[in-house]
Amino acid sequence: MFRLRNNVSRVVSARRTFANTTNDQGTFAPNGYRVVSMIPGDGIGPEISRSVKQIFEADKVPIVWEDVNVTPVLKNGKTAIPDEALHSINRNKIALKGPLETPIGKGHVSLNLTLRRTFDLFANVRPCKSIVGYKTPFDNVDTVLIRENTEGEYSGIEHTVVDGVVQSIKLITEEASRRVSEYAFEYARSIGRKNVTIVHKANIQKQADGLFLATALDVAKNYPDIKVQDALLDRVCLQIVQDPTDFSDTVMVMPNLYGDILSDLGAGLIGGLGLTPSGNIGRKASIFESVHGTAPDIAGKDLANPTALLLSSVMMLRHMKLDAHAERIQKAVLKTIAEGQFRTGDLGGKATNTQFTQAVIKNLH
Amino acid sequence: MAGAVQSVFKAAHVPVEFETFDLSSYNPATDGNKLKQAMDSIKRNKIALKGILHTPVSRLGHISLNVGMRKDLDIYASLSLIRNMDGKWATRQQNVDIAMIRENTEGEYSGLEHAPVAGVVESLKVVTREKTERIARFAFDFALKNGRKKVTCIHKANIMKLGDGLFLKTCREIAKEYESSGIKFEDMIVDNASMQLVSRPSQFDVIVCGNLYGNILSNIGAALIGGPGIVPGANIGRNYAVFEPGCRHVGASIKGSNTANPTALLLSSIHMLRSLELDDHADRISKALHKVLAEGKVLTPDLDGKATTTDFTKEIIANL
Repeated sequence: MFRLRNNVSRVVSARRTFANTTNDQGTFAPNGYRVVSMIPGDGIGPEISRSVKQIFEADKVPIVWEDVNVTPVLKNGKTAIPDEALHSINRNKIALKGPLETPIGKGHVSLNLTLRRTFDLFANVRPCKSIVGYKTPFDNVDTVLIRENTEGEYSGIEHTVVDGVVQSIKLITEEASRRVSEYAFEYARSIGRKNVTIVHKANIQKQADGLFLATALDVAKNYPDIKVQDALLDRVCLQIVQDPTDFSDTVMVMPNLYGDILSDLGAGLIGGLGLTPSGNIGRKASIFESVHGTAPDIAGKDLANPTALLLSSVMMLRHMKLDAHAERIQKAVLKTIAEGQFRTGDLGGKATNTQFTQAVIKNLH
Repeated sequence: MAGAVQSVFKAAHVPVEFETFDLSSYNPATDGNKLKQAMDSIKRNKIALKGILHTPVSRLGHISLNVGMRKDLDIYASLSLIRNMDGKWATRQQNVDIAMIRENTEGEYSGLEHAPVAGVVESLKVVTREKTERIARFAFDFALKNGRKKVTCIHKANIMKLGDGLFLKTCREIAKEYESSGIKFEDMIVDNASMQLVSRPSQFDVIVCGNLYGNILSNIGAALIGGPGIVPGANIGRNYAVFEPGCRHVGASIKGSNTANPTALLLSSIHMLRSLELDDHADRISKALHKVLAEGKVLTPDLDGKATTTDFTKEIIANL
């Protein structure tokens, strides 16, 4: 009886989690359009954000942008994100974000980390799909990875025991493992994948990764339609490079550091961070972003490739259940790259950002 | 696979006598002091050749035999040589020639974990200046002795500022001692390194890193050149050297099917012979092995061939 009740409460809490990560909240303009916070970011950020806006406008996507500036301000002697930006994301519950410059030096908490903590962005979703027309040694990559985003090796708990001896603490909790696992199973279901693969090192970190694994396996019981398997991190690294297609029908879920490494590895397989989208799913808001750098060397020269931010915006549209727009924009972007005539410099082409954007708009129809 | 090495050694008249210990399904409860016997043998002989031991995923007490052995013998440096070989099997990348050197005794493999309350676990990663210094020195000495030009330290010091910070800082300091010898030093964050490794692997020469990152990177590297079956390695300490395949997979799925590729273990044994200064024997076996690989007529399934372990071994012996 106790067990039964326990299961019921678990199902209810799962539902509560997802109520907050879909889009019943947020703000709407007088015309009924959903308001989305836009953080253009630094370096090439403003140019690639402009591309997204132009393409959205051409496709008549029913959203209204609210630009927010996240240039850090000093708050009690520490750098912080301006209140206005936080309020905007809090109101709208959804944001698209370009690359941010993290100030180097002591005492600065990275802005990305601040956003992650403020909005409790617990799951990082990282799909990697080969781009037709951009050849790499790896064809047919189509992986989806979900990374726990709040704890693990990124707990920030470290200390020097004696001079020359440091302990860094990896923190794994059942709560965080459960919510990211639940999201992984929900996500697998929503994109029609039949498997979830739990990636871990529980042969070595028997308690920490053991807890992550056990929790994910427990969550799996609530998803009888999805097959669950687990795999050692090193085995996945080997296999994904040997034959990425082994992962084409699964959603991988894993602790923080492993996700960080495997998502960049995946980007390497398809041609770099300029082609991969990313979504951060949280209880208080969800932020979609390009994960490449600010590329200061080409900033302001109309040479940047907006693909990563565009594909992130496509993920955002799917999250908002605007699937028709998502589908159309994604197709247009991929078609433009595949056609090859208007590729930007990073893809071996000569087109400007503006030319690429115009070509995508032409391909919308 | 161990049988393959023994057959080849016998055929090549290698003046080495093996003391053999089978720990493949070692169970402390029933196997008595078998592990102790093996460890004592290594301590007596100072040098060993070893296959891979499987570590079960279980929260009950099993300490990994591999990890235990490395700690007990203090074989602190794990070396994997990842290099394209002449052969017709499919590879993802060309021009890969990387020596990966991995700290073997601390880091994420400390085994120090506890649950302060139910549902919350802390796992300690330990980084010390002492052990970082000696692994860094090992890497730079290796570079120097083997005519390598660059050592790249892989870390995550942007997040683990103290732990990986200490690792990076220590490597930087040791690098200065080798600057005048012309060995370059670079560092790279582990996620970026994984991306670079699959897209532009030729930029790496010698890699030095902590325990977990070495585990990850050696597997990525192995996948680029044809799999773990052809990656040799060694675990080296002040007093002992244990030679074993450089990319540790037990291959449980093909166990007993006589299809395993003994190349990694054979290459490891060749390195062992060189460290015993049995270079003539090492050269002969190496030549035969590489010839068989390059010809491509008798290869195991992992290299797109159809031969059994036995056939492959016989072919090498025929080419000695």
